[in-house]
Amino acid sequence: MLSIKDLCAKVEEKNILKGLSIEVKPGEVHAIMGPNGSGKSTLGNVLSGRPGYEATSGSVLFKGHDLLDMDTEERAREGLFLAFQYPVEIPGVSNMEFLKAAVDAKRKHQALSELSSVEFMKLARETSKRVSLDPSFLKRGVNEGFSGGEKKRNEIMQMMLLEPDLCILDETDSGLDIDALQVVADGVNAMRDGKRSFLVVTHYQRLLDYIVPDYVHVLAGGRIVKSGDKSLALELEAKGYGWLEGEVA
Amino acid sequence: MSDFQQLALELAQQQQSPAWLDALRRQGADSWSAASWPTRKTELWKYTPLTPLANDAPARWGQAEGSDWQGSVEPIELDATRLVFVNGVFDATHSDPLPTGVVRFASADEQQQVLIQQHLGKVVDSQRHLFAALSNAWAADGVLVHVGRGQKLAKPVYILNVSTPNAEPAVASQRVLVVLEDNSQAELIEHYVSSDASQNGFVNSLTEVVVGANAQVQHYRLNLEQEDLLHVGGVHVDLQRDARFHGFTLAQGSRLKRIDYQVNHRGEGAHLELDGVYLPRNRQLIDYHTNIEHCVPHCTSNEVFRGIVGDSAKAVFNGRIHIHPQAQKTLAELSNKNLLTSPNAEIDTKPELEIYADDVRCAHGATIAQLDETSLYYLQSRGVSEADARTMLSFGFINELLNEVPEQAIQDYLRPRLATLFGQGSEQVGQLAYE
Repeated sequence: MLSIKDLCAKVEEKNILKGLSIEVKPGEVHAIMGPNGSGKSTLGNVLSGRPGYEATSGSVLFKGHDLLDMDTEERAREGLFLAFQYPVEIPGVSNMEFLKAAVDAKRKHQALSELSSVEFMKLARETSKRVSLDPSFLKRGVNEGFSGGEKKRNEIMQMMLLEPDLCILDETDSGLDIDALQVVADGVNAMRDGKRSFLVVTHYQRLLDYIVPDYVHVLAGGRIVKSGDKSLALELEAKGYGWLEGEVA
Repeated sequence: MSDFQQLALELAQQQQSPAWLDALRRQGADSWSAASWPTRKTELWKYTPLTPLANDAPARWGQAEGSDWQGSVEPIELDATRLVFVNGVFDATHSDPLPTGVVRFASADEQQQVLIQQHLGKVVDSQRHLFAALSNAWAADGVLVHVGRGQKLAKPVYILNVSTPNAEPAVASQRVLVVLEDNSQAELIEHYVSSDASQNGFVNSLTEVVVGANAQVQHYRLNLEQEDLLHVGGVHVDLQRDARFHGFTLAQGSRLKRIDYQVNHRGEGAHLELDGVYLPRNRQLIDYHTNIEHCVPHCTSNEVFRGIVGDSAKAVFNGRIHIHPQAQKTLAELSNKNLLTSPNAEIDTKPELEIYADDVRCAHGATIAQLDETSLYYLQSRGVSEADARTMLSFGFINELLNEVPEQAIQDYLRPRLATLFGQGSEQVGQLAYE
């Protein structure tokens, strides 16, 4: 699904990722943990193609294609989805309009016909209920005036509508209370179908109680310094990140 | 006197007008000839040269005959009393029968003539507004909307002003007078549109609104004429005690387009709500000048203008709020936000707050920006193409104001038209919004 080899990336002339490698197979859930400033968010942004995040060396293959060679929108249409750590508020653009444009773009890419407005609105309303978001949120501006939890649920709703092959969750749990976390996790778990892969980037082990990963990686100093199974997350929770500092070359 | 000033006076002599307007016409002609022609040093015209008017000097009155506008101009689908003017000439065929209180100057009865004489040219300050003087000099036909004490106009009045290309450059004069007696209510839509991008007309328009105590008016002014048309116009409003004026204006640019709004708070407790949108493209120009006079205490003004300027177009916004020494407890806010979508686009914005009272709350602000990169990335990260994302964001920028438009038919009319304006091949933008 996703094969990252020796990826180096910089943001505003500052090298953040320094030789990161990771291999995600279809259906797997990988958690990436790490201290602040280790490059966790940079990874998600580089993978989704955010302007200003530049890969300087290494390679990323997504479903066998060179991901770094694709435009941001192409990556999305090919099935990569990044749930933002800080979803953007866009007043004046209705959530419904935005979601339909996104779904239409993907369907067009797959040579499917666009959904009619009626079909789409029905689908969107059903999906919003799955993430416990009142359908009235569909009429509002994108994320406009949404609480932190509502924004994250809106992200998960987008993920459900777009049915991506690879979902990257960038600190989706930060700032959420337990109830909201449960809703988000339920949404993610409902999408685990043995084929779809997940890259769960988080600072806290707590999320992994709800979304149980197959693998856990520790990112520090721009590289993966330790990998293991879900027990590694518990170890990190108990010991903190300090004991791994020595592993950063 | 400039050539155009001279020419305009000759045009006045060719007009047929009722004798009871003679005094106003004479007065207008006097002010017009005495005024010095604006140059770049004239503050009110600093960024808007009148050279297109001077150079093209339209020398005759517009004709309605033979103009086939129905094929290319779509009226707004409104349950309203419609009056159509083509190149300034009343088009009876496409207009509705008029209800009591709505009348053309030409058919005004004696009482209405008295009312018109009492107010026409009195709301506007024709010393300050040069083209108001011209409108007075050209006063002939026009529309009077008069709503009696405690009455409500059953349907909105919809005035559709169509410009079509003339055989030779021609002028049109549009005049509207609204008089709302105490506690009355009315809605007025002024819709200016051209049948074709290639135009050779000059429209001089003037609307005066007298809002009596506790009366309320909802006013729309859409200037959708394009490209070559020249238009100078103004909306001038007097608000008496507790009167309310809710205005919405939207304009596309053209070769010369200048719209003035002047609102005078003359009675305590009066309230103004004014939203404006301007969208010049290509090499178009649009100039909005607004001036709000707070003459008495306890009045409120809330003014929001947003513009998107593309290509090599230019927009001018000048928003002045003048708070007189006795206008204590005034609440006034003015916001002007601009989006430049091209490196060659230009905006000259100047909010002006003049406060001479010490117990008021006022705020003003103007911003100029480009599309937000993070928003653009967010949309693209969901598979939306960059072009569509730009369209959606531009549209969203003004959609916030469109959403506030109370008349749904106007929202429905504008949305798809604006969407095509912003992006080719993005028909769906704006269609799905907010139902």
